[in-house]
Amino acid sequence: MDFAWMGWTTPTAIFFATIAALILAMFIWELIVPGGGPRKGILGLHTTRGDRLFISLLSSAWLCLAWLGLVPLPLWWALVACAALAALIFWLC
Amino acid sequence: MKSWNNRAWLLVLPVLVLVAFSAVIPLMTVVNYSVQDSFGNNEFFWVGTEWFQEVLASERFHNALLRNLLFSGIVLAIEIPLGIAIALCMPTRGIGVSFCLVLMALPLLIPWNVVGTIWQIFGRVDIGLLGHWLNAAGVEFNYTSDVTDAWITIVLMDVWHWTSLVVLLCYSALVAIPEAYYQAARIDGAGRWSIFRAIQLPRMKRVLIIAVLLRFMDSFMIYTEPFVLTGGGPGNATTFLSIDLVQMAVGQFDIGPAAAMSLIYFLIILALSWVFYTVMTRDDEQAQEGQR
Repeated sequence: MDFAWMGWTTPTAIFFATIAALILAMFIWELIVPGGGPRKGILGLHTTRGDRLFISLLSSAWLCLAWLGLVPLPLWWALVACAALAALIFWLC
Repeated sequence: MKSWNNRAWLLVLPVLVLVAFSAVIPLMTVVNYSVQDSFGNNEFFWVGTEWFQEVLASERFHNALLRNLLFSGIVLAIEIPLGIAIALCMPTRGIGVSFCLVLMALPLLIPWNVVGTIWQIFGRVDIGLLGHWLNAAGVEFNYTSDVTDAWITIVLMDVWHWTSLVVLLCYSALVAIPEAYYQAARIDGAGRWSIFRAIQLPRMKRVLIIAVLLRFMDSFMIYTEPFVLTGGGPGNATTFLSIDLVQMAVGQFDIGPAAAMSLIYFLIILALSWVFYTVMTRDDEQAQEGQR
């Protein structure tokens, strides 16, 4: 099968592999500690681990877009900020 | 006792395969295109985040986004209260029920491009009932040249097409309310407004969440009807994000910027839908917490 029409690049392949790895890690985490770890976080929302991953990914995407539009620094710094934001979400939300 | 069966995952497999082919693979392709430039023939050139920066700074994108937000706000503000009001007026027993349900379902059965064509003819000044009569009554109406008229026609068309969905959802919640609730309310001497506020509205809440979400997502992605009716005009007055996106991707063959724009568009819909859903289900969670 020819997938040339999909226009794959190494960075986008790494991006999707990372997301797949995250989902796999969540799956393994669920097998080890079942139940999803539900709790009421700082925003007053009831979240499970899956919710917290979704919020982390969505806010990371928005953070990167805001960085691109507003901050003149390279996007690598946004990636560091995204990791910090995700850690914060998993800790507080 | 074994409380789950992992073989059930096999039953989910066909859906996963379908979603992979209809959503995941196209989404991956769009992400790949958004960081490259292409002149066709499967030849791509890496440009990084250039298209995202271009789209984020583009006035054309800002204007289309504002139009879309305005349109979704207007149709939600009209369709939700109107849908509730019509559902409350519908009969709950007798032959009128079937008649009303069929009547309400009719606009939903008409294909979107046909709806656009119906309103295109309906609003025409020379042969359309609406356009001709309004002009005969002394109201200057021409949706092809006047921005306000074009917006009024598109909003009217959407309200005509989709209010029925809200009506049917609300009606399904209303008929599920046990008669005992109304009897208790009557014994307490509750008026029409009190019954609506204390019984009917809380019972409709869940379906209203679905209605608001569906109508928001659908109105934010609207394409066919305004494309057929006004083609995005007059000028760019009714060029919504989806119309702009198609013009960019198919009309100009700017696949890279179009992919970047569609990803931003996707993120907006995802974020707004999540916010809507979270805010609207928050009270339910608090109520469940109170019961515990």
